[in-house]
Amino acid sequence: MNESQAPLLSVRGLHTRFHTLDGIVNAVDGVDFDIHRGETVGLVGESGCGKTVTALSILQLLRCPPAEIQGRILFRGQNLLELDGEEIRKIRGQAISMIFQEPMTSLNPVLTIGDQISEGSRVHEGMTRQKAWRWAVEMLRRVQIPEPGARVREYPHKLSGGMRQRAMIAMALSCNPQLILADEPTTALDVTIQAQIMDLMLRLKEEVETAVVLITHDLGIIAEMASRVVVMYAGKVMEEAPVKKLFKDPRHPYTRGLLGSIPVIGRKAQTGRRLQEIPGVVPSLLRMPQGCRFHPRCPEAINICREQEPPMVNLGEHLRVNCWLEVETPEKETPAPG
Amino acid sequence: MTERTPKPVPGKDQAKGLDSPFRRGWAKLRRNKAALVGGCMILIYVACALLAPVLFSGNPSAPNLGKSLEPPSRAELLGTDELGRSILGRVIYGSRISLLIAVGVVAFGLIVGVPLGLISGYYRGKIDFGLQRVTDMLLSFPGFLLALALVAILGVGLENTVISIGISMVPIYIRLVRGCVLSVREEVYVEAARASGTRDAVILLRHILPNVMVPITVQTSLGMGTAILFAAGLGFLGIGVQPPTPEWGAMLGSARVYIFNAPHASTFPGMAIFLAVLSFNLLGDGLRDALDPRFKL
Repeated sequence: MNESQAPLLSVRGLHTRFHTLDGIVNAVDGVDFDIHRGETVGLVGESGCGKTVTALSILQLLRCPPAEIQGRILFRGQNLLELDGEEIRKIRGQAISMIFQEPMTSLNPVLTIGDQISEGSRVHEGMTRQKAWRWAVEMLRRVQIPEPGARVREYPHKLSGGMRQRAMIAMALSCNPQLILADEPTTALDVTIQAQIMDLMLRLKEEVETAVVLITHDLGIIAEMASRVVVMYAGKVMEEAPVKKLFKDPRHPYTRGLLGSIPVIGRKAQTGRRLQEIPGVVPSLLRMPQGCRFHPRCPEAINICREQEPPMVNLGEHLRVNCWLEVETPEKETPAPG
Repeated sequence: MTERTPKPVPGKDQAKGLDSPFRRGWAKLRRNKAALVGGCMILIYVACALLAPVLFSGNPSAPNLGKSLEPPSRAELLGTDELGRSILGRVIYGSRISLLIAVGVVAFGLIVGVPLGLISGYYRGKIDFGLQRVTDMLLSFPGFLLALALVAILGVGLENTVISIGISMVPIYIRLVRGCVLSVREEVYVEAARASGTRDAVILLRHILPNVMVPITVQTSLGMGTAILFAAGLGFLGIGVQPPTPEWGAMLGSARVYIFNAPHASTFPGMAIFLAVLSFNLLGDGLRDALDPRFKL
């Protein structure tokens, strides 16, 4: 296949289980998606739907046991799950890096900002201490931290949340990775800072030409940043669509529920539609309902939804829905096995 | 580290960047009188050990039977023991032995216990299980009894005293470090370090170890006191450092017989042990208060 055509990252049939005392938890249950070079893909879903576990599985940051990862994670055509510890370590931070949710806790309190940013370039590119340090200052300048020469010597507790997240982004970008897994990068920040960080990420992404998997539950951020969206629910992909199509014409009842639960400023509760919430809660991963896992909360559920898992219905390139309503004649179709 | 007199300087903390927990701790420690007294007494002991030949001329182990069991006088400030040796000289020279043992024991505990604790806490799994069962076994003995049993196996003498007490300290360090590592390894910054491809060894030494240094520091100070006490205990029983080496516990042991007609012979070595252990405990307690971020002065 042509190098530029082949996806950068191709996840196929990813299953991540945790062996717990209460039983086996299927946190990620057969997830497929592709990420192309330079593309931003949103991974959306409620808390506990397996978004973060998917990201951690890609970098194999989960401790096995209790975790067990199956499937194929092809990165540049190489299955990451077949690599040994040393090989995957070389991928981490250099080719694929990760930005974590909590900027307040994701920097080590006893090391200076410079120490932490320069670590990646020293580990992966064999830079000398001085060179890596100068590079760290340059990275801080790129993420628009004022006085980078002074900040680089400071400890994390002196930086605000927004500044720390900028430092985290500098760390993630320091080796020019081809893919960044951004796990709720702005959730812990206040709204004005969120916008700044998002702008910064967009700009740097263009500069470095890196692909981004943006994990979030905030559809506003997705609308701004992503070109394509993968909607997850209870460990499974429910819908995948280009971002405009998803917002204009959501096919899955779950996606419609997510979009309906965004408040719109100016729409009055008395006169207009009420803010729609999705009734109920995400099912326990230990007690997955039979049939479609969304059916207990689905306003449009039909009989077959309660009995059989729906197949993934392909409606075009990067356009698919995991729902019985999209199957023309449900009775005649053979449902895809679990 | 404790040679300066305490001067509370309110507001100075904010002006000067108090970055590491140790620098912040030092600011708090300077205001803790008890810890400073402990620190100063430790410095006096260290000075005695280093300057022993200057402070006391002559051989502290050479007997002078003509002057045995003399009470304190101008010539002999602390009196003499049953063999006519100066108790002052022997107490001064004894500080060398006691501090040497304390440092040796703590170094042994740190060198063996800290890496094992780090590995046990970080890797978990079978290594952790195995190590923790051995630790359980060692901790089930009272520390002194374990040291006593080990001396019985290894034999008497300075090195064996250090090794025996050192081994009895190792499980304490393993437990302490493992417990701290268990909480630190779950921190997001450790996961972030793993996500950026940092080697396990670097994560352990650069990211985790500095975050568990505070409890290790406190335990080191308290451990020195315990080591001196244990060494004196073994010396008192006659199975520690052997005569004629001046060792406080052994001095106490040999003077015990004459406690009614020459109380000075057992009082002064006893005081030396008591004050040394007290100083290390005061400093250790002070360090704990000063370095614990939850405890604010």
